[in-house]
Amino acid sequence: MTSPLLETRGLTKAYPGVLALNAVDFTLLPGEVHVLFGENGAGKSTMISLLAGANTPTEGEIRVRGVPVRFASVADAQAQGIYTVFQEFSLIPTMTVAQNMFLGHEPGPGPFLAPGEMRRRAAATLAELGFAIDPGATVARLSRAQQQMVEIAKAMQGALSVLILDEPTASLTDREVDQLFDVVKRLKAEGVGIVYISHRVHEFERIAERVTVLRDGAKIGTAPMAEMSEEALVDMMAGREIRDIYPEIARTPGAVVLEVEGLAAPGVFDASFTLRRGEVLGVAGLVGSGKSRLFRAVMGLAPTLAGKVRFKGQDITRAPTRRVVKAGAWYLSPDRKHEGLILAETPFGNLRMDLMLDGGPVLSLAALRRRAAQIFGHVELPEAYRPRTVAKLSGGNQQKVLFGKAFGHDADLYIFDEPTVGVDMGTRAALYRLIAELAEAGKAVVVISSDLPEVMNLAHRALVLANGRITARLEREELSEDAILRHFFDGADPGAATVAPELQGDLA
Amino acid sequence: MTQAHPARGLLALPLRIFVKLGVLPFFLIAAMVIFAVLSPNFLTPQNLMNVARQSVYLVLVSLGQMLVLISGGFDLSVGTVIALSSVVSALVMTALAPVFPDAVWLVIALGALAGFAVALVVGAINGIGVALFDVSPFIMTLGVSSVGTGFALFLTGGVPVSGLPFAFGDTFGFGKVLGLPVPVAIALVAIAAMWLFMARTRAGARVYAVGGNIKAAHLSAINTRGVLILVYGLCALIAALTGLLLTARVESGEANLGGTIAMESIAACVIAGVSLRGGIGRVENVVLGAFFIILVQNGMNLAQISSYMQMVLIGLLLILAVIFDQLRYRLIVKG
Repeated sequence: MTSPLLETRGLTKAYPGVLALNAVDFTLLPGEVHVLFGENGAGKSTMISLLAGANTPTEGEIRVRGVPVRFASVADAQAQGIYTVFQEFSLIPTMTVAQNMFLGHEPGPGPFLAPGEMRRRAAATLAELGFAIDPGATVARLSRAQQQMVEIAKAMQGALSVLILDEPTASLTDREVDQLFDVVKRLKAEGVGIVYISHRVHEFERIAERVTVLRDGAKIGTAPMAEMSEEALVDMMAGREIRDIYPEIARTPGAVVLEVEGLAAPGVFDASFTLRRGEVLGVAGLVGSGKSRLFRAVMGLAPTLAGKVRFKGQDITRAPTRRVVKAGAWYLSPDRKHEGLILAETPFGNLRMDLMLDGGPVLSLAALRRRAAQIFGHVELPEAYRPRTVAKLSGGNQQKVLFGKAFGHDADLYIFDEPTVGVDMGTRAALYRLIAELAEAGKAVVVISSDLPEVMNLAHRALVLANGRITARLEREELSEDAILRHFFDGADPGAATVAPELQGDLA
Repeated sequence: MTQAHPARGLLALPLRIFVKLGVLPFFLIAAMVIFAVLSPNFLTPQNLMNVARQSVYLVLVSLGQMLVLISGGFDLSVGTVIALSSVVSALVMTALAPVFPDAVWLVIALGALAGFAVALVVGAINGIGVALFDVSPFIMTLGVSSVGTGFALFLTGGVPVSGLPFAFGDTFGFGKVLGLPVPVAIALVAIAAMWLFMARTRAGARVYAVGGNIKAAHLSAINTRGVLILVYGLCALIAALTGLLLTARVESGEANLGGTIAMESIAACVIAGVSLRGGIGRVENVVLGAFFIILVQNGMNLAQISSYMQMVLIGLLLILAVIFDQLRYRLIVKG
């Protein structure tokens, strides 16, 4: 057996009150892709941060090629050939691709730079990887997928022996994923060891040799990928049977709540539909199809150019968001970090505003806290996490806080825009149960999602959008992956096919 | 989409210039036109030379300010550093002059050294506060500027320190080298050095990186704290250089030198397209930005606008420049 490139023994990281990582043994062989699998909060992120040198372990040791090491910084880890592509990219948006690729180890004599050489070497690396990216382009102007490629190209600049990829495919298209996997295979052939973190189980068998499952900070087991099935992995991860994460939602349509007639907004044309109480309306479409913008216009978050919106019989066309919310509509943003949560606040601090919407002018803090505790219990936010600031919670727990806000006051219409983006399966099941509960309590619910199974399994009926228009209205019986996908490219007038990226206009 | 096209065609060039260079070219042209109309003496070579000479001090301070702004902070204490270095160097020179009556240049050198040393202390305090203790640059440098001004006034009792060696003012205030006034020559060297530093050295690239995204810079194995301490230190040193040149010019150490220069230097940088969010800015533009501010002041003097109204206008220009900076940042980052 070849000796491991990277090895951890009893690796432990404790934060006050939480054991984020508990005595994990892990090995990475040369030329191997080793998947780290687990729910959000299982310890994957902690594990990576220790291996990357961004954090120091409380106990245990890391060995590189058999030699114990202590990383005081990311630079230390890089000096050992360990390079990490974080989910939050380590790119400087205002600098060029070439400058970013050489950041921290720029070529040149003495203290000086050699811009020509930098650009040439960057171009060579990008070409070798097969990435069509201009080394002189400003990073801020690249798509997320391209930025990901720059990150990987950046890792290739040093003497790479271990590459850690954190959710590398989360924002890539299928074609880009293929491209990435080609690169991974090439690196494997060169003897680089790769630690691969992802939620996408079906990707693993394409590239992985071994998989290690973490749960609640502890290692559950390591096994060769060839011996594992998707189901077995998911069961191991969650520690319970959650194959059936989608609840059955009873359909009892009531009165019409929302009527949208001929609505036009930037990137949305002539959209009409109605929504009843007790109904879950799924909304599917590609990124840029207008599925999110349509509802942002309804909420007053994007300008309405034409058409009518009636909510509970009231005309709310062009009403400011404040009025729409007070009228009883609630919108869950797909971007919890920028639009959804106050990251520096505790979960209670985040919920407070929503709780105050209903009360009188004088508030009892004790009553607010009681109500908040009740809601957090309801959304299954673990008690230990409640006193922490939201920034320190895992993605799944952050999303639970965001859902908590939905229960903060009584609304009639709930619009969930990408409700489970970047959330693990255990949490997803919990969030779906909450959505089901709302619909069954007679609320009107909209689920906008890029995740087809989510739309198919939750919706009573669905809208499909393409190029800013509603291209299909499907009933529960007609909902299938094929049926939805067929309409993704409908109405594509070749001349007008260039639709701006989804949120650009809305957030500007 | 189609309705937007004719307007785009017409605005395409100015828009490209705006994204690339910022608001400065437009401001400069407007100022030239307005003041040329208001005063016949404005566009004379003599007057423009005058503006160049007067702008030396602001250019220097703005170079330091630019460094800090690009790193994502800002430095309100530059004026205080000017006052402190002026007072301290003057006190050291007047104290040492009787001790070494025959070594005037040694006295001047030691005085200047003392001025730089006190600036380095101030810069290090700023840098350490911002980098190690996470104090917001606004509060850190505001606090430090109160401390520094207090010391400068305390040391002098509010009275100018006179009796400096004659050679000091004669050389650094009024002297010439290669046909250029010494302050102008020093400024030219400083501009060249700063350009080299920002555009062609590793350390300069790291200043841009820290301002562009400090977390990403940290993950790219850059010593972000070191970079921050470095920029505040360099900024203070350049301010001290300015303080010494001003002291030579007025031939006394004064605690009220550099009173409005913090705001003016920030205005010069922002007008020159240095982003208040950090990460963006160019040396050559900043030089022009400082030149522009002095040009406007000069033009207003010639047009006999009262100095009180001048303050109003400079403040408004700063705010206007920041508004344009916001628009520009959106155009750059969001494409």
